[in-house]
Amino acid sequence: MTSTTDSMPSRRGFLGGSAKTLSSAGLVAMMGSGAALGFQSGGNPEQDVQLLNAAIALEHEGIAAYTIAAGSGLLAPEVVNIGVIFRGHHREHRDELIRAVETLGGMPVAAESDAHYAEALNAGSLQNQADVLRLAYGLEVGAANAYLGLIPSLSTTEQHQLAARMAGDEAFHAAILGNAIGEAIPTAGLMFG
Amino acid sequence: MTRMTCHLPPARRWALAMTAVIASMAAGFTPAAAQDGAEANPLLTGDLTRGERLYRQRCAACHALDVNRAGPSHRGVVGREAGTVSGYRYTAALRDSGLIWTPEALDEWLANPPAMVPGTSMGVRIPNAQARADIITWLAEQTDPASETD
Repeated sequence: MTSTTDSMPSRRGFLGGSAKTLSSAGLVAMMGSGAALGFQSGGNPEQDVQLLNAAIALEHEGIAAYTIAAGSGLLAPEVVNIGVIFRGHHREHRDELIRAVETLGGMPVAAESDAHYAEALNAGSLQNQADVLRLAYGLEVGAANAYLGLIPSLSTTEQHQLAARMAGDEAFHAAILGNAIGEAIPTAGLMFG
Repeated sequence: MTRMTCHLPPARRWALAMTAVIASMAAGFTPAAAQDGAEANPLLTGDLTRGERLYRQRCAACHALDVNRAGPSHRGVVGREAGTVSGYRYTAALRDSGLIWTPEALDEWLANPPAMVPGTSMGVRIPNAQARADIITWLAEQTDPASETD
């Protein structure tokens, strides 16, 4: 299981001692991608930290789900390869969310063990590849909807954009998985959110 | 909005909650007033089949009936005091809210959780009042067998 804080630089301590002497332009330059994405304090940082942490928890579970699936022995090698790519997307989501929380001065929520997630997802009931794909499809549909439902609760345009981009990724995953399990193409539009 | 501060013994609190739930269900419940884009439609009747599907699509990314995931388990949620599922780490905001999850309270919650309980980690909104009614109707059927008496 990948640590929730691997490769994540802590900027808060550094900023705590330096911010008073820096211009806002200097701060943006030094804060790097988090600031570039616009995660400076504004709106309601404490509330945003809570909401973004819930999204991190969701991504932790998604990463674990693909790890559990890849190691289940139920998937064909080419399916494992696709799952590993999807897991990489979720790791990128997690890392962006962690960066956002840290930039707001919050503490990112840690991942639970894979065993915890396996139990929560009832992974023991999965019997074959189709079962695994159906589980993944449901999780991805839910994640796309969750991000879309989260957008109006977040404070800043940049957070809205990040959540929308993640929703797009989840919808992409759902479309691939839905096709694999033979889900009918929805006849109505606006199928998420 | 239904917001109840609980300083009552557990048995009386439960009885009070169930009275509110039963009264609400008997009359049909009135969803929360429109806020932040949420629709305001009075006296919507929920549909169980749609509610199950919507729960899977809108809630099951984070929730399950019987296990805590990113969000707390939901079996028996209607009528329950907020912030009381065993083993789930709630925000202080929700744990101390004093809310009882009546259908009306759930409707307001699902329309805009942070507006109802500032500081909550639940941010997913369901702006469509009929969708909320369907989900709440289905949740009301997912009772906890341990709490049922014969």
